[in-house]
Order: sequence, then structure tokens, then C-alpha cells
Amino acid sequence: MKPDKKTGLALTLLAALAAPLPAPAAAPAQVTVSIAGFAYGPAGLTVRPGTEVTWINHDQVPHTVTSRTGKPLASPALDTDDRYSHTFTQAGDFEYYCTVHPFMSGVVHVRQ
Amino acid sequence: MTASDHGPDRNAGHAPAPDPAHDAGRRRALGCLAAWTGAAVLWNIAGGVPRALGMASGGAAAAAPPGTLSFVQISDTHIGFGKAANPDVVGSLRRAIADINALPQRPAFVVHTGDISHLSRADQFGQARELFQEIRTDRLHTVPGEHDAIDDGVAGYLRAFGADGRGRSWYSFDQGGAHFIGLNNVQNFKAGTMAALGDEQLAWLKADLAGVAHSTPVVVLAHIPLWTIWAPWGWGTSDADAALALLRPFGSVTVLNGHIHQVMQKVEGHVALHTAMSLAYPLPTPGQAGIGEPGPVTVPPGQLGRLLGTRRVSLVRGRGLLALIDTPLDR
Repeated sequence: MKPDKKTGLALTLLAALAAPLPAPAAAPAQVTVSIAGFAYGPAGLTVRPGTEVTWINHDQVPHTVTSRTGKPLASPALDTDDRYSHTFTQAGDFEYYCTVHPFMSGVVHVRQ
Repeated sequence: MTASDHGPDRNAGHAPAPDPAHDAGRRRALGCLAAWTGAAVLWNIAGGVPRALGMASGGAAAAAPPGTLSFVQISDTHIGFGKAANPDVVGSLRRAIADINALPQRPAFVVHTGDISHLSRADQFGQARELFQEIRTDRLHTVPGEHDAIDDGVAGYLRAFGADGRGRSWYSFDQGGAHFIGLNNVQNFKAGTMAALGDEQLAWLKADLAGVAHSTPVVVLAHIPLWTIWAPWGWGTSDADAALALLRPFGSVTVLNGHIHQVMQKVEGHVALHTAMSLAYPLPTPGQAGIGEPGPVTVPPGQLGRLLGTRRVSLVRGRGLLALIDTPLDR
């Protein structure tokens, strides 16, 4: 029997929604945030403890990934194609911004 | 010249002679304070009357009248940048230096209004210092841009350009009958807000200006505009009003900014604010439709030199009049 189109779409959506939430596993999960057009993509991210998040700068100008309080996120200036990674071990909400362009902001929600 | 030398008069005491005739003359000439952008003809002001000085086909300017203090503003060199918008920022700076060295009147000094480097790296500051030594002038006065203050604040900038060793990125000096102030308005960043001068610097500014007669022309150097041009892109200084309130009693205030890589101006009473062209790459006009962010704009071949350039500033002693001439690399 041919699967119903709507069901197929719903299943695809479910899969897409489920994707950012890594399944518990021995190896640490990894998530990438793209910096492009003076914005973090996605600007808001929810991960489990133990997840390594990597920011990659795709702009021609430098950006930083910096916690509002100075830690735990404290990247150096990221030139084009530079990366910065941080593994979140504790649950919490981690807001960050770009010190070069303080109107850029993002947040990582770490949830059990 | 020594790139890091802010000169012996830096932070010197102020004893300017009052000039009661200055204010009326300044008012008469207020209409002449405009910047002359992309000029094929150079202007200058002497005796309150703007005069076309004429420009040779090669772009060489005629000499300014005697008694004129002439200096040059460069900005946003972004040494270390090499992407599509300008793969050769060193070449652009060298063209600007050739223009400065070809001026008929050697500038008393050159001011750099920030973003010397692209990434605040020591090698970029070092390369910039070496390049600036090719300028035929006595001194270079700099203020930091936000690109000079990444990672460790202005520590790296001060190692390369902070000659007085006080660990401070703001200063003042007197020359040619005018009072010059260099400010740092790229720090105290908070997420979602514009940069600021900060209370410590504002307190210093107030104390510094307390010793200056209100008839003394004041020239302020700061990287980010001291008026809000476009807040969503951070094109403004959140506590600029506090600084401008301190400057407003003065009869002639000229603010020279960089940051937005294009010439804009605003005249508010006795305060004239001007942004300058970059020597690295153009940026979009404020909030430009279709460009959601203030990133480097790559223009068609042959157009870049028309959007980069230098600014010559002339001040006639005793009159408080400043003439600004913006000259693109290609003209």
C-alpha cells in the first residue's frame, strides 16, 4: 500500500523536529552553529549535557562567541572559516553575543 | 616618523588665548563647514571665505594659505583583511600614503580613526606601524576601533600605539590653536546595545575640557560615530549625549569618526560630526534594503578606488574654521 502523502510529510516533520535532540550515546553529541550574515544560525539551540557545540564563521569579517558574563564561552576573534568549540557539561541557559558586533546574540539551552 | 609617538604635548596643560571675535566669524561661515566629497576641486577657507584652490590633472592640490594648520584623517585600514571586497588593503593604504606625501603642504600630523587592524593581531599592528612610517609627517594620532579591541580589549592596540605608557586609550593635545581629543568608544560592549565611552572616560573628558577656553576650536577623534546613524547595526555610541553635552558650550567642535566606511555628516549647533571613507572596503548605506547586515560590499572591478579615500582637514588659526576635503583614491 502506498503511504499517505500527509502521513509521509508528518513523519518527515517529526524526524526534522527530533533531529536536534541527540539520543543518549557513549560518544558525545556534536552540533554545529553557522555564523553567516551577522547572525548565529540557529540563534537558539537546545542540547543535552555533554554536547559539543561548534561555531563556524562564514562571514568576511571576524565574529566572537562570548558569554555575557565572560564564561564559559570565550572565543578568540574568529576569522573567515575559523571554528570555536565548547562542550556543555552542566544544564542551564547560556546566552552569548559577538563582542565585535554586540547586536548579534544567541543562546544555548542545555537540558537533561 | 614614529607611528606610536603621540607627541610631547600629549596630555599637556591648556592655556589657549580667548578669541572674542571667533564666534561671530564662525557663525558667518557655518555654511562652509560641509565636507566636500569626491572633490575635483579642492576648497579651503581663509578669512571666512571658501576658496577653490584648484587641482591639477594628477590630483595635486595647491598650497593652503599661510597660517593654516593642515592635517590628514585616514580610517579603517583593516590591515589583515584579504577577502573579495578588497584583496589588497596594503596596496590601498600605500596609494593613500602616496596621495598624502604628494600634498603641496606637508600635513602637521595624520590621524587614524580606528580599525587599524582587522583582527587585533600583533603582526597586523606591527605591519600597520611599518606602513605608517612611510607617511611624510611628524606624528600619527590614533584611536582604537572595535577591530583593534578583540580578544584582550585594547591591550594589544596599546602595545603598538599607546606611546605614553599610561595604559589609557584616550588623550588630548593642543596644536595650531585648537584642542584635540582622542577617545575610545569601542568598549564596554553589552549584548544588544551600542558601544560606549564609559563613566571613567567621560569623567576624564569633563576634567580635560575644564581647562580649555570655550573659544578654542575643539577637534574630537573617535572611531564609532558620536551620533546614532543606525542603531540596529551598532552605528552609534550609547552615551554620546553625555560627551556632546560637555562639548556643546564650545564655539567650534568638529568630531571626526570612522567605522561606517562612508562619508556622512551632521551639524548640530556649533558641533559638526563627520564620518570618513575607509581604506579597506565599502559598507552598505545605513539599513540598506536587501543587505541585512553591515558586511563588506564587493563592488564591480574599477569601482573600489572611488569608494576609498583620505580626508584633508585645514584650520585657519584664530578663526575656528575647519575645511574638510574628502578625496577618493580614484578621481
